[in-house]
Amino acid sequence: MDGLNFDLTEIPLRTVNDFLHKEAPGQGVKKVTIANPDGAHNIAVGLDFAVEVEVIGHAGYYAGGMNKAASITVTGSAGTGVAENMMSGRVHVKGFASNGAGASMHGGLLVIDGDAGLRCGISLKGGDIVVGGSVGSFSAFMAQAGRMVICGDAGDALGDSLYEAVLYVKGKIKSLGADAQIEPMGEADLKTVKDLLAAAGMNHDPKDFKRVASARSLYHWNADANQEY
Amino acid sequence: MSEKPIQREESFGYDRKTIDYIRNAAAHGLYEIRGMGAKRQLPSFDDLVFLGASLSRYALEGYREKCSTKTILGTRFAKKPIELDIPITIAGMSFGSLSANVKEALGRAATEVGTSTTTGDGGMTPEERQSSKTLVYQCLPSRYGFNPDDVRRADAIEVVIGQGAKPGGGGMLLGQKVSARVAGMRTLPEGIDQRSACRHPDWTGPDDLAIKIQELREMTDWEKPIYVKVGATRVFNDVKLAVHSGADVVVVDGMQGGTAATQTCFIEHIGIPTLAAVRQAVHALEDLDMKGKVQLIVSGGIRTGPDVAKALAMGADAVAIGQGVLIALGCNHHSYFQDGEHRIASADYSALGTAPGFCHHCHTGKCPVGITTQDAMLEQRLTPEVGARHLKNYLKTLNMELTTIARACGKQNVHHLEREDLVALTIEAAAMAHVPLAGTSWIPGVTGGM
Repeated sequence: MDGLNFDLTEIPLRTVNDFLHKEAPGQGVKKVTIANPDGAHNIAVGLDFAVEVEVIGHAGYYAGGMNKAASITVTGSAGTGVAENMMSGRVHVKGFASNGAGASMHGGLLVIDGDAGLRCGISLKGGDIVVGGSVGSFSAFMAQAGRMVICGDAGDALGDSLYEAVLYVKGKIKSLGADAQIEPMGEADLKTVKDLLAAAGMNHDPKDFKRVASARSLYHWNADANQEY
Repeated sequence: MSEKPIQREESFGYDRKTIDYIRNAAAHGLYEIRGMGAKRQLPSFDDLVFLGASLSRYALEGYREKCSTKTILGTRFAKKPIELDIPITIAGMSFGSLSANVKEALGRAATEVGTSTTTGDGGMTPEERQSSKTLVYQCLPSRYGFNPDDVRRADAIEVVIGQGAKPGGGGMLLGQKVSARVAGMRTLPEGIDQRSACRHPDWTGPDDLAIKIQELREMTDWEKPIYVKVGATRVFNDVKLAVHSGADVVVVDGMQGGTAATQTCFIEHIGIPTLAAVRQAVHALEDLDMKGKVQLIVSGGIRTGPDVAKALAMGADAVAIGQGVLIALGCNHHSYFQDGEHRIASADYSALGTAPGFCHHCHTGKCPVGITTQDAMLEQRLTPEVGARHLKNYLKTLNMELTTIARACGKQNVHHLEREDLVALTIEAAAMAHVPLAGTSWIPGVTGGM
């Protein structure tokens, strides 16, 4: 079965999600279009097979949440927690994304063409996030692994309490969070940025990006850290 | 020549304990981190007693007449509620704080007695899933190891807002317990002092939580019960908000709840006792007319069958036990059983600067009896088989005590125990539990006279 169209003004989202979980994998569904989302929450959450899902319009909270293997596109903007805890696959937001985009992602690629709100990539555990615009404050807070490419500016406290995730920022950084530091871009970084921009379909010069990573000074408690952990 | 008498008047405000605290703070510049729950004396279920049957109530014969303990949790929205044989469950404790052997022992014992066990920070291990017939999967602020496959594998999901030992605080696991396996499951560098977040990454308030719960329901096709766990502070409001957010089950964890590593200032000074918390939680459910529709699990210092019975009489549907379970496994015991013999662990307690009966050194990872450790040698001191046998005995004992008390109060079902069966031995307990002071009709703050 090549393609299916669902109109959320005619069919409940619960039925669509249920179909995508239970019947679609066995029926060989390759592509699903979801029309008139009207900001509905939890569209296409928990998908577990390789399928292309196109959400035509704006999505509410957690679009593509906990995705595995699926490729989900939101043609409008997405609410809080888009692609949260994604394990693999791809989520592409063609508009803007609200708070907590890609929160606790483990894998896959999240592309946001516009800006992302507060805490983009918070608790990131793997995978990649590419933001065409700017990100809000406390982005990549406690990010553990994975990579973020920010083509615009970053807000306050970028990368606060970072572990091993690496951030690349083209624009201005309002402030770095505790234990985050700007480091030189090496050849591997330039290649990473180039590859991720290509995967996201964006065109920038990797040499214009700064690398932000953890100074690793908070990995162990000590009395001289001045409570910055 | 007579010696000058030694002045031995100890200061109340600056007693030896306080002097030690100040000296340690001055020496190290760091707060104390330790395991176990609150050690101070608190109003507790010990301050309540049951009014057994006599002329005004009809007792059941203690050993022969039926007394049901069947417990069903998650009846509000879930297509597949949890059915347990007893109302005593195993509380959430992480792999990382506990060894893999212990997690397996918990699952085995819980399965044998027909109850549930719960994962913790750090995710679900294959051992605990395989050994647990009914497994509750926690969704914590850190989301360490949290993944959709395990959500689908779980029987229920518990969204953890807080923990009784540290409401408002995140977890911690010191570097000596962040082994290669633990680090791998949590996506962290091996050996670092791990900090867990205190807030969820993708929602910020009860309105958001309602959508988060819907996400979990959508991705599991509304099959699994969703629990919401709160550390006991503003319990009346928190329980109401959890219900409004769509919880099937609310778990309220009082300040006696245990921990494997938390700042002492948290353990002893933040949160309210379980006795006070359970009353507020029940009041909230009654106020919403949701008693019996949303189930209540109470935890934090539940140790004995009478504790279970009193929690149920106060209005809980079930209890969850953590610290008591670990003690049943051998926590703070002077010996452990390995290779067919009992071996004395006193030297290992001494090396930690403590002794059996006083140990709260879970955070060090050097548990002398092999429970709260990731050390390959130490964890062999508790095998799943031995641990499960002891824990099964403990849970069976609690259940026997529970049914014995229920029969004495004339109940054919432990869930028929009620507040009217209880009186308080202290004014504080009477005020907190809203039951009369024994021998009076006085409930401080509720009724006027004696």
